[in-house]
Amino acid sequence: MLTPEFAAWFAARGWTPRPHQLALLDAARAGESVLLIAPTGGGKTLAGFLPSLVDLAATPAPGLHTLYVSPLKALAVDIARNLMAPVTALGLPIRIETRSGDTPPNRRARQRQDPPQLLLTTPESLALLLSLPDAPRLFAGLARIVIDEVHALAGTKRGDQLALGLARLGTLAPNATRAALSATVAHPAALAAFAGAGRIVTAEGGAAPLLELVLPDGPLSWAGHMGIEAAPTILARLRAARMSIVFVNTRAQAELLFQALWKLNDPMLPIGLHHGSLDPAQRRRVEAAMAEGRLRAVVATASLDLGLDWGAVDQVIQLGAPKGVSRLLQRVGRADHRMDRPSRALLIPANRFEVLECEAAIEAVAEGALDGDPPRPGGRDVLAQHLLGLACAGPFHPDDAYEEVLRAAPYATLTREDFDAVLDYVATGGYALAAYDRHRKLFRDAEGRYHVRSARIAAQHRMNIGTIVEAPMLRVRLASRRGAGPVLGEIEEYFAAQLRPGDSFIFAGRRLAFLRLRETTVEATEAAGPGEPLVPAYEGGRLPLSTHLAARVRALFATPARWAVFPEPVREWLRLQRAASRLPGREGLLVETFPRAGRWYLVAYAFEGRNAHQTLGMLLTRRMARAGFAPLGFVATDYVLGVWSAMQPVGVASLFDQDMLGDDLEAWMAESSMLRRNFRNVAVIAGLTPRQQPGAAHSRRQVTVNTDLIYDVLRKHQPDHVLLRAARDDATSGLIDLGRLAGFLGRIRGRIVHMALSRVSPLAVPVLLEIGRESVRGAATEDALLAELEAELRGA
Amino acid sequence: MTAAPLHLAGERLMLDPAGVLVWPAARLLAVADLHLEKGSAQAARGMLLPPYDSRATLDRLAPLLRRWSPEMVLALGDSFHDKDGPARLGAGEAARIAAIAAAHRLVWIAGNHDPAPPAGLPGEAMEAFTAGPFTFRHEPGAPGPGRGSGGAIEIFGHLHPKAVLASRGGSLRRACFVADTRRVLLPAFGAYTGGLAVTDPAIAGLFRPGARVFLLGQERLFSFPLPARRPA
Repeated sequence: MLTPEFAAWFAARGWTPRPHQLALLDAARAGESVLLIAPTGGGKTLAGFLPSLVDLAATPAPGLHTLYVSPLKALAVDIARNLMAPVTALGLPIRIETRSGDTPPNRRARQRQDPPQLLLTTPESLALLLSLPDAPRLFAGLARIVIDEVHALAGTKRGDQLALGLARLGTLAPNATRAALSATVAHPAALAAFAGAGRIVTAEGGAAPLLELVLPDGPLSWAGHMGIEAAPTILARLRAARMSIVFVNTRAQAELLFQALWKLNDPMLPIGLHHGSLDPAQRRRVEAAMAEGRLRAVVATASLDLGLDWGAVDQVIQLGAPKGVSRLLQRVGRADHRMDRPSRALLIPANRFEVLECEAAIEAVAEGALDGDPPRPGGRDVLAQHLLGLACAGPFHPDDAYEEVLRAAPYATLTREDFDAVLDYVATGGYALAAYDRHRKLFRDAEGRYHVRSARIAAQHRMNIGTIVEAPMLRVRLASRRGAGPVLGEIEEYFAAQLRPGDSFIFAGRRLAFLRLRETTVEATEAAGPGEPLVPAYEGGRLPLSTHLAARVRALFATPARWAVFPEPVREWLRLQRAASRLPGREGLLVETFPRAGRWYLVAYAFEGRNAHQTLGMLLTRRMARAGFAPLGFVATDYVLGVWSAMQPVGVASLFDQDMLGDDLEAWMAESSMLRRNFRNVAVIAGLTPRQQPGAAHSRRQVTVNTDLIYDVLRKHQPDHVLLRAARDDATSGLIDLGRLAGFLGRIRGRIVHMALSRVSPLAVPVLLEIGRESVRGAATEDALLAELEAELRGA
Repeated sequence: MTAAPLHLAGERLMLDPAGVLVWPAARLLAVADLHLEKGSAQAARGMLLPPYDSRATLDRLAPLLRRWSPEMVLALGDSFHDKDGPARLGAGEAARIAAIAAAHRLVWIAGNHDPAPPAGLPGEAMEAFTAGPFTFRHEPGAPGPGRGSGGAIEIFGHLHPKAVLASRGGSLRRACFVADTRRVLLPAFGAYTGGLAVTDPAIAGLFRPGARVFLLGQERLFSFPLPARRPA
């Protein structure tokens, strides 16, 4: 139970301690670690910290008592501010400080000398602290670890890094108890294992959210994912609410919708924009305006998925299909952060397929059926970074390190052989050709312990800690006649490379005209006059449809009795499809082929998400080329794969044989740009090509050697190198989604239904409209594009 | 692979899509910026890059020497990434270079990374090589008086040219040749050599209006005008 002074503090604010807050207090007293699952607004953070405050109030002591780790720097800052309320009110002798990459060096140095009782930080800053020789002293007295938003970290590389850090803390401070705080998830046991928690506490659930499907006025779109035509509908809803968040799926969509809303915004509602490419200061301003109630609406991407309450949000609008049930619930939970009142949210689909997805999601939420994959095994690249950090802190014996690493859940099944391969990579590069003995980063002493070779290598390592590898970005600066204007944010370098002076593009809610590229800064002015602007493209903005939601969409298709929930145009669309062809089944695969305008089209209704479809398209077109069907291109959406060819595809079922994941996959991987991108990230995280060099200018331009070139050489000369394996592992779960594709090919075996049609089917119409929007790249395709450009110029 | 002819001062040069220049009449093949042993040079700075780059570079050069069977092989400088590179070369790679020197007249033009000839390796060392209308050197010098006079046309490397083009499939970047009537710039051939955009003043400033870039493709070159210089 609470001590009298804390009970009085709760009472003074008109609060009653919640059962889960007391449960965490009891667990901490019993020395137990806990995973707390609670919806937003459930007093989760206070539950995590309460045991620390009570403990420090009873027995004040200097030194680090509680370490708090959150995925967001800004969250740590806000939590520190909120915690000051009880600390000040109760006059507790507790210092609370934050530490991140932004913390000034002098304060960081002081924190090492004289640590606060409560230190709030990020996984990266924790890894940096653990790489210091004084880490054992710093953490020796640690009593408690609070991990916030743990569901957002588990299963990611940042989560791998955190898990390894927690395993290290388990050695340095074996008695520290942990509290991991999470939103509702599909796999609580796996998450508890990740956090090393022996007990799961679930807060009593709030009222179920109320979700409503809203269609934009006018005809229902056949294709497209932006849903901008819904702007008038959205604006009307914004006027009716006090404060709304409009969630979209990509940054490009956020920019377009923001523009569209302001074009219509005659009532001049204060509407803001929030996404991950905007300048952090600008994002903070939007958040502050929300908190103070100065905004009526914010158009946001996943950048607002996490974090504190941003004021009294009473309406959430999701534009475009939600892609996953858990994510939708988290977004919806942003409205009315009070557990006793249901959150309300509107779902606005951007096209007909998305109507089905939205309905499937609404059903899933009503049933409380969450999705999400169990955490995948930890990355070898992150382990490599961790082991070098371990050596920077002090010499270690590989037997001890291996045992410690096994205590990190993502690495629980790591074999000693794999561990040794990663350690060998860190020490020497791990090459079959033992060329770098002189340059090894780690050396062994007579007792078999590993030491870092030089202070320079340790310094370089500490400059490069972290697992977030951004695509190369360029700053966007507004230029004015009087000179340089403000920085608006960052765009991807490859997008900037396409701009010519005078080209206009939408960014940070403005229409800008490209002026020039000056070193790493794009200079632009406000665009004047008409012209079709380009939207900045961002890679990786889109999450694929979750497996769980895909299965629900298939089930909806296959069960006409449940179509009553759809608006009439969708029902008619499905009826027409049933008459003209068939409906996709619950389990098998429907494939349609039909001729159109001198080409043949093959449409596979696979529902496996666009990453898996993209890979399927690459493999299928290779196979079709060998069969003599002369494929010309393909398009992948979340729902279907469409391929067009010069010849009629026959023997369609055999095209989808599982053996497509054999030789074809190898051949395709060789030139897959996705695998190259994975390798680039792996090379940076594992320290092969560090982003920063000691003594070098602070510029990402300095990244010395092109990782594509390294990839080509390594793939040819040592295809089993540990980093190539790491890149392939990432591909299996990530961008090319091999795991999902393999499961799909197994599921449909013997259950492929081929409809040879004489014309396009109703379901295939949206696919035809997508064609031409997507592109496929490989050396051969690039050559074809170059030939096209060359011919254009010659003709001009 | 189809090489593209380039006619300069009455001579025919062949640009090979693999990134080398051949002068058939003189039975000469020029290759720029091999940067051998760049991997091991980086290793000394804490970047343990795969040590196979020299092998990969020589692997790519071998079929070109077979295809063109030149009498003379001119390495246009920066053949080694640093002066100690030759000493770090693996025994197999050193033997392959010796074999090239035995089968051809191998000339090492001095570069900024390798101002001295590679120690312990066969071949002649030169600052520059002049024949007919052409001067082969590492870096461009002062522009010559124009076509016709002996050695006035410069053939060089050093700058690692790369072209970036916008296409409907996104931007494309490729190593390339750049040429006008006075100068021919070769792409870097080494396995770990990156590139400098041809629009950079360091490259664009060397060429006259009407210059062309030839992007390396799998089977052939792709030819485009060198983009006009942006006003500074």
